[in-house]
Amino acid sequence: MEYVKNVVCPFCGTLCDDIICKVENGKIVGTINACRIAHNKFVHTEGATRYTRPFIRKNGELVEVTYDEAIEKAAEILAEAKRPLLYGWSSTECEAHAVGMELAEETGAVIDNTASVCHGPSVLALQDVGYPICTFGEVKNRADVVVYWGCNPMHAHPRHMSRHVFSRGFFRERGKPDRTVIVVDPRETDTAKIADIHLQVEFDRDYELIDAMRAYLLGHEILYDEVAGIPRETIEEAVEVMKNAQFGILFWGMGLTHSRGKHRNIDTAIMLTEDLNDFGKFNLIPMRGHYNVTGFNQVASWESGFPYCVDFSAGKPRYNPGETGANDLLLNREADALMVIASDPGAHFPQKAAEYMAEIPVIAIEPHRTPTTELADIIIPPAIVGLEAEGTAYRMEGVPIRMRKVVETDLLPDREIVEKILEKVRLEKVREVKASK
Amino acid sequence: MSEIILTPLDQPGVPLEASNIKPDVFAGKTIEEIKNIEILHGNTPVKLSDFFEVTGESSENPAELKIIIDGNVDRTKRIGEGMNAGEILIKGNVNMYVGAEMKGGRITVEGNAGPWAGQTMIGGELEILGDAGDYVGSAYRGDWRGMQGGTIIVHGNAGNEIGEYMNGGKIIIKGDVNIMTGIHMNNGLIIVEGDAIARVGAEMAGGTIVVKGIIDEFLPGFEYLGVEKDIEVDGQTIPGAFYKFRGDHATKGAKGTVYVAVRGNGHIVP
Repeated sequence: MEYVKNVVCPFCGTLCDDIICKVENGKIVGTINACRIAHNKFVHTEGATRYTRPFIRKNGELVEVTYDEAIEKAAEILAEAKRPLLYGWSSTECEAHAVGMELAEETGAVIDNTASVCHGPSVLALQDVGYPICTFGEVKNRADVVVYWGCNPMHAHPRHMSRHVFSRGFFRERGKPDRTVIVVDPRETDTAKIADIHLQVEFDRDYELIDAMRAYLLGHEILYDEVAGIPRETIEEAVEVMKNAQFGILFWGMGLTHSRGKHRNIDTAIMLTEDLNDFGKFNLIPMRGHYNVTGFNQVASWESGFPYCVDFSAGKPRYNPGETGANDLLLNREADALMVIASDPGAHFPQKAAEYMAEIPVIAIEPHRTPTTELADIIIPPAIVGLEAEGTAYRMEGVPIRMRKVVETDLLPDREIVEKILEKVRLEKVREVKASK
Repeated sequence: MSEIILTPLDQPGVPLEASNIKPDVFAGKTIEEIKNIEILHGNTPVKLSDFFEVTGESSENPAELKIIIDGNVDRTKRIGEGMNAGEILIKGNVNMYVGAEMKGGRITVEGNAGPWAGQTMIGGELEILGDAGDYVGSAYRGDWRGMQGGTIIVHGNAGNEIGEYMNGGKIIIKGDVNIMTGIHMNNGLIIVEGDAIARVGAEMAGGTIVVKGIIDEFLPGFEYLGVEKDIEVDGQTIPGAFYKFRGDHATKGAKGTVYVAVRGNGHIVP
């Protein structure tokens, strides 16, 4: 048995970089340091079906084909479409994203990643009001007040707290006892159970609570005796704790980005953080889900100026979540072809969106059998980044980390598949121009 | 006034983008030239005549030209975008961005309008006889300068974030609104004649909002100033008794005013 050290985990945005993989006969058979979710991704728990060959659906049946045939057909669909959508990207590496942006421009497509169904609202808000962010190292070494708002890292980011809250830091020698943990969540989650202060906010009333906090912080009286199910005095006490922080940090998740108000909840939370800097140091970090969802936003921003929902239909990048988001295009029945890569909208999109996916050609670049591949007309299996392929990923607070290759495979990595599709699309376009002459 | 009539043929699944449908572009062109005006079908440029029948008579002066769209154009976006003068009448529903960045002239929509109607409007009049979507008279994503001037009247209901980052002008919604009306508003006037669900005037720094119907929930960052009768806004008197609030004090130095009709709203007073 071989031990491969310093492996970076390709699961969540915490991007743990201290995993040890046990490799036997070219297969990962065990892990050390990984959380249970990561362990399952590394060792491929039973039940998962892995595609090892490309498929094309012919007369309703999946027929095994060569990479070349599948790629040729995919390119044909994208080249002919009037409003193709290239969606996913969050579980693959940044070099693949860069080629994806090129493909989007070439095909006049809309390119979007899973941010549009998770932290897209955060991205909208930070464009409106700013982004006072820091790195995990600062949290671990300095933070004395940690706020988790609308997220449950004990289950969703299992090693997040052990790495940044319980762990000892330079100025926080005892770890958790040196920190005050505030959890804002309508439910009594496992994260809330270990909190020093749990604000059990009423469902969908986060904005009202932050509004009250900000007004109090600026020296005004809170209009009502109770806001969002929490008594005025309790809100004031929590604000006092945050105000007196030497170094505070706000982590937030889907509970804030996808409850009523969406990006406006984040907008006001960012402003709360900015206002708190009048008293001490306060920062924030969004609890990003997929390990490289942040990376796509970085790549899309430096390539096009916009972080997600980028529309190339007019030949120049345009951007408007609400119109050019993946779900907007599917629910408004605008897209006429869909390429899915490194995500599973078939399982996670609203039913009406999934129904529309069944009506249009779907290309899935996907290693496993998923609800998306069930709807797909073409399935192209890639090597999995972080296990079988290298690449760059961005941790949730924007730190780039190189993903390692642990085992060998003869499958093509995502980047190469997208490159080959792009090549074919270009040939197809040349052919079209010739034909029109 | 000359009239050009556009009769929509079948509206496609992949939407059209027709910011070229406005008197500024049509003026001075023959019917043949107008038929050849380019619009976008998804990522593909097409001719106007591929999707519209064009009849009528053009004019040299856009201010003397009225474009009548005789039917539903619910898969066509950006009609009248950036228009300066003249008139557009849409005898049906229309998709997103009708009258966006409008500087002058007049647009009437007889049916419903999609989201972002009158986005970053500077002047002119936009009247929607049916319902409007979200973001009526809003800013462009990421911009803090929304609607600057002009008037938007919606006879039906409207959605979320009406008058987002509004800097001037007037929006009147005769029906109900959803949440976040006047979010980040700095100046201007919004009148809601129907009901509002919640978060009216969220993070507003200035400007005035009047709600004549019922507000389900109100924000705790406002300051209650008492009851005022027959209020005076924008040079006109609105009769009736109103609760007056100042805020949103969650925002530094906020001086926005929200009037809420006394009738039916006792529950939002502390």
